[in-house]
Amino acid sequence: MKTINREYKYGFSTDIDSFKFNIGLCEDTILQISKIKEEPPWLLDFRLKAYQHFKTLTPPNWANLKVPPINLAEIYYYSAPKSFNEKKSLDEVDPELLKTFAKLGIPLEEQKRLSSVAIDAVFDSVSLGTTHEDKLSKLGIIFCSISKAIKEYPELVKKYLSSVVPHTDNYYAALNSAVFTDGSFAYIPKGVKCPMDLSTYFRINEGKTGQFERTLIIAEAGSFVNYLEGCTAPQRDENQLHAAVVELIAMDDAEINYSTVQNWYSGTHEGVGGIYNFVTKRGKCLGVNSKISWTQVEAGSAITWKYPSCLLIGENSQGAFYSVALTNGHMQADTGTKMTHIGKNTKSTIIAKGISADQSNNTYRGLVKILPNAQNARNYSQCDSMLVGEKSKANTFPYIEVKNNSATIEHEASTSKINEDQLFYLESRGIDREKCISMIINGFCKDVFKKLPLEFSAEAARLLEIKLENSVG
Amino acid sequence: MLKINNLHVMVDNKLILKGIDLEVNRGEIHAIMGPNGSGKSTLAKAMAGHPNYQIVEGSIEFFDGQEYINLADLEIHERAKAGIFLGFQYPTEIPGISNLGFLRESVNNVWKAQGKKLLSKDDFVEFLRPIMEILKMKELFLDRSINEGFSGGEKKKNEILQLMVLDPKIAILDETDSGLDIDALKVVADGINRFKRPENATILITHYQRLLDHIIPDFIHVLGDGKIIRSGTKDLALELELKGYNWA
Repeated sequence: MKTINREYKYGFSTDIDSFKFNIGLCEDTILQISKIKEEPPWLLDFRLKAYQHFKTLTPPNWANLKVPPINLAEIYYYSAPKSFNEKKSLDEVDPELLKTFAKLGIPLEEQKRLSSVAIDAVFDSVSLGTTHEDKLSKLGIIFCSISKAIKEYPELVKKYLSSVVPHTDNYYAALNSAVFTDGSFAYIPKGVKCPMDLSTYFRINEGKTGQFERTLIIAEAGSFVNYLEGCTAPQRDENQLHAAVVELIAMDDAEINYSTVQNWYSGTHEGVGGIYNFVTKRGKCLGVNSKISWTQVEAGSAITWKYPSCLLIGENSQGAFYSVALTNGHMQADTGTKMTHIGKNTKSTIIAKGISADQSNNTYRGLVKILPNAQNARNYSQCDSMLVGEKSKANTFPYIEVKNNSATIEHEASTSKINEDQLFYLESRGIDREKCISMIINGFCKDVFKKLPLEFSAEAARLLEIKLENSVG
Repeated sequence: MLKINNLHVMVDNKLILKGIDLEVNRGEIHAIMGPNGSGKSTLAKAMAGHPNYQIVEGSIEFFDGQEYINLADLEIHERAKAGIFLGFQYPTEIPGISNLGFLRESVNNVWKAQGKKLLSKDDFVEFLRPIMEILKMKELFLDRSINEGFSGGEKKKNEILQLMVLDPKIAILDETDSGLDIDALKVVADGINRFKRPENATILITHYQRLLDHIIPDFIHVLGDGKIIRSGTKDLALELELKGYNWA
């Protein structure tokens, strides 16, 4: 079995002078972050409270992952291009940075911008700026970096920040709450259908830097938004930590669709280097008939620990989780979702597809929880695993807790291997082996891919093809 | 057009074919008959290049008009592009891939290799339509996943559709008649008869004589224990029907 990775085409780094804080984490690091961002006192208090709590915690060890100890003292918590000045507009950003994003397929210059997507470009610890901000603001939509939102819309941020993921939630959420540096903020006012997709592109560039971003999206009653997220990082021998928190809030009849194509550097095929992707994502369906869906294609990172979840509070609210997680080489993933049914007639759908190749280890972990007041809750879960090669592992841990017996819960699971007879059949019709494999994989992931916006779906399919190239006999 | 020389094939370390010699010329239909386990399907799979069917001795040579190609030198997909087609006895179900997507991918690959002009998706559907009518297949079938949940008859019709669409030089049809009711058998046989032209050849692998009521072979070969034990013309099939394989 050959295990050569086609070059990770996002593995380059941008040679740019960066301003960094001293390495390591202490209270002073937090004071500095808060100062450089000119934050209000309440936010500094929040950070310090989170830090105090964080110090009492130890990293979670319940996941089916082998996580080497992470030395938090050897991470830079703030790194930004020296030329960065948050007052500059995107067009005034260092051309070297614009070039970097262009190379990643994200043109930021005025003339070349994508018209159908507004983009927030996050580079290491800072947001370089957001496209289409003016156009969106005419509709009352706020889309900007969280740093800017803290300054300009403090009442909104104060009201909702940590209202879905409290700083006490878990080790990495506590760390993030203490040291988050940037991220995106979106606010869709009552009754507004966002006319374009909103998107954040996360780029880690500087070595030894952790990226701790914070995203907050609020959809007021009757509003609608599609949100996309992409991420890449340079190819390095060291492991880098990415610990994000994403919070979504949907009011009555509001709908948020959050999609991720995660392609962090995953390390060499021997398991050297790669990003540790330890992320807490959660949505609160607060309003009646509200809807939140998480769609993710997790194809990168050395280790992924991530459970985008929904709190279904409003009556008739709906949560969904559509996931493809691919691991190859020595990658490890423990990912899934938590659907907590709190309100009446709430509904959740889980479709999780895991593909493991080479020596990788891929785990689905999901919890469906029906609380006592959640009359007539419904859940449908489908978890399918596909093994490629002889040494890969796939695990499924579906947990179900039902405290209201009117609930209807369906769970289906399957494990399959790419089957030699299927390959032979397709190949005997003139299709080469690699293409056959990608056809089978795309077929396997179809139910999830079709939930992605069109251009994302094509990108996701290509990404899996490249990743699996040579992994199959 | 096709020359099989002293072919020995092993499957799972067991020798199944023990020296097959067979020559097939343009315009001919050869029927290969024989009891279960005599090696008929092994011969088909070896020709198409299934990785579990290992040629340990002998060769399969294919003459495309200019030179002899040793089929063992070609990858599976290259054999299809060279004009070899295997109609499967048990067509595999492949969830998640639509028949239309698959057919188009297949045809595009084969035609491209053969230097033919490719069709747009709409034109391709138009191109399929009359062929599907011959095979009495509904258009809905194109949206379904490959062979998934198909009846035995639908699966075999799908094989014949692929045969007619790809229009190979040599068709090896493995038990295409098994599992068909009489109406489906007629439809399938009609497809095969339409495929047959002076420039191509067909190898029909069958256990029963009944397919040969609809398709008249030029030659019949009887396989027993990995070898051709008798060859003859169509009358041989009738004799076999009367007397059974033990007689051969």
